[in-house]
Amino acid sequence: MTDFTADILVVGGGAAGLSAASEAASYGSKVLIVESDLELGGQLVKQTHKFFGSKDEYAGTRGYKIADILLDEIKENGQNVRILTNTAVTGYYMEDNTFTAMRGEESYMRIKARKAIIATGAQERLIPFPNNDLPGVYGAGAVQTLMNVYGVTPGRRVLMVGAGNIGLIVSYQLMQAGVEVAAVVEAMPKVGGYWVHAAKIRRLGVPILLRHSIKEAFGEKVIEGAVIMELDDKFAPTGKEERVSCDVICMAVGLSPTTELLSHAGCKMKYVPELCGFVAERDRTMRTSNPDFWSAGDAMGIEEASAAMVEGRIAGLCAAQSLGFPARMEKLDEYWARLDHLRAGEVGEKIRSGIGKVTCGAWEA
Amino acid sequence: MNEKEKESLFNSGVLTGELPGAVRPPQDLWSGKKAGLVIVECPQRIPCNPCATSCPAGSILPFSDINDTPKIEYSKCTGCAICVAACPGLACFVVDLTFSEDKALYKMPYEMLPLPEKGDTVACLGRQGEELARGTVEAVTQPKRDKTYVVHVSAPKEFANDIRAIRTGDWA
Repeated sequence: MTDFTADILVVGGGAAGLSAASEAASYGSKVLIVESDLELGGQLVKQTHKFFGSKDEYAGTRGYKIADILLDEIKENGQNVRILTNTAVTGYYMEDNTFTAMRGEESYMRIKARKAIIATGAQERLIPFPNNDLPGVYGAGAVQTLMNVYGVTPGRRVLMVGAGNIGLIVSYQLMQAGVEVAAVVEAMPKVGGYWVHAAKIRRLGVPILLRHSIKEAFGEKVIEGAVIMELDDKFAPTGKEERVSCDVICMAVGLSPTTELLSHAGCKMKYVPELCGFVAERDRTMRTSNPDFWSAGDAMGIEEASAAMVEGRIAGLCAAQSLGFPARMEKLDEYWARLDHLRAGEVGEKIRSGIGKVTCGAWEA
Repeated sequence: MNEKEKESLFNSGVLTGELPGAVRPPQDLWSGKKAGLVIVECPQRIPCNPCATSCPAGSILPFSDINDTPKIEYSKCTGCAICVAACPGLACFVVDLTFSEDKALYKMPYEMLPLPEKGDTVACLGRQGEELARGTVEAVTQPKRDKTYVVHVSAPKEFANDIRAIRTGDWA
């Protein structure tokens, strides 16, 4: 018994998944998008800042507007797209080529698709420290959801841990919401995110303490503050410590790709530190070692949403083509040119190195 | 400040001197240029080009690689501040040194609340948020109608290379 069928199942309705679905549907394939959240858009819906990149990646447009643009694009081929929100794909059973999914918490279903695009994104990492179970310790994604989706501020004064793009951007957004940012601590000797994002909060008076990390939190019943510590060149504590009063500790210490479904499908996986975890090996079409599975976006390695959208396009294009739909394969080179540009800079160096380790020429050799 | 301290400060997001992508306009042109000249503070190669694609005067030169840092032909700059509103990194500013005898007009991006109004007194901040002077809001515009405002603030000329943000408050 099968509840849903599709030519192409897209798991995840974020930046990569929506781009993949739009591309695949535009060539006539029947696409089913399954999204665990209540709404489509993934992380885009909470990105109130303007995107970087070029016009092709909607540079200068705020992230939540980009989600609207992608959804409008999908509507143009609406007859080919079916959407299930509030539905989590819970597994893939290779022997039956069947996906299982759960809608809400009571309704279970089976999905069969000829091809699948896994665009499940990423999960936040946390670092352990004493008292990190006190109320007031948040992941940066949760803070963004609270503020930018639900209009709720998480507290009054925040210590941000991590100066990657997420830590820097969320710090700025906290200030926009009227929340004080006591400091940003970063273990590395330089900010990991774009320098301009750091400059934006520095000039509003927020200290960014490099070579610093959180040692422990303190508080009676809730977070009342944190002890931060200075680190040396080998990331060992120098002994210099400081107490920072705050009611929120926001963790922005990185993401890990969400890849369980790719493992279920037997895709060859590899641990690549530059891509922040276990990721699937892939060819230039974003196809994994399982010929029925493509993947795109953060699930294939942590990167910017602008790159995730292009990867999604590639996966959607190539999955549709594999089923005989009239996909415009000449776009593949154009998409790769865009990815190469996005990854050409100093910040893209790590990504380039990581992708080099998991990309093969072609699977059929 | 020694070189190491300077490097560490820069690595935390504070400009410590001129770099490719973060240069000062030529003083002779700048001092007499009505409406001012653009100052871009974008010293890192990142994939981003709206400053160049939005510039109506062709003063911010087209990028050959999207990771290029901005290059400016100052003679073409009209001080229109479109780039100030367009830059996703809020890294473009315009400073008009002809505003008055002792004051310059600083055109800066602003995305905070409350939005100041013409006539308001605001604190003018340096690159580490330090208050350098009090300024007067002369105009508030929204060139791209996308919630990035450009505040025009008059403040002492001597901080032309330093004032890069404002803070609002209840000052008479």
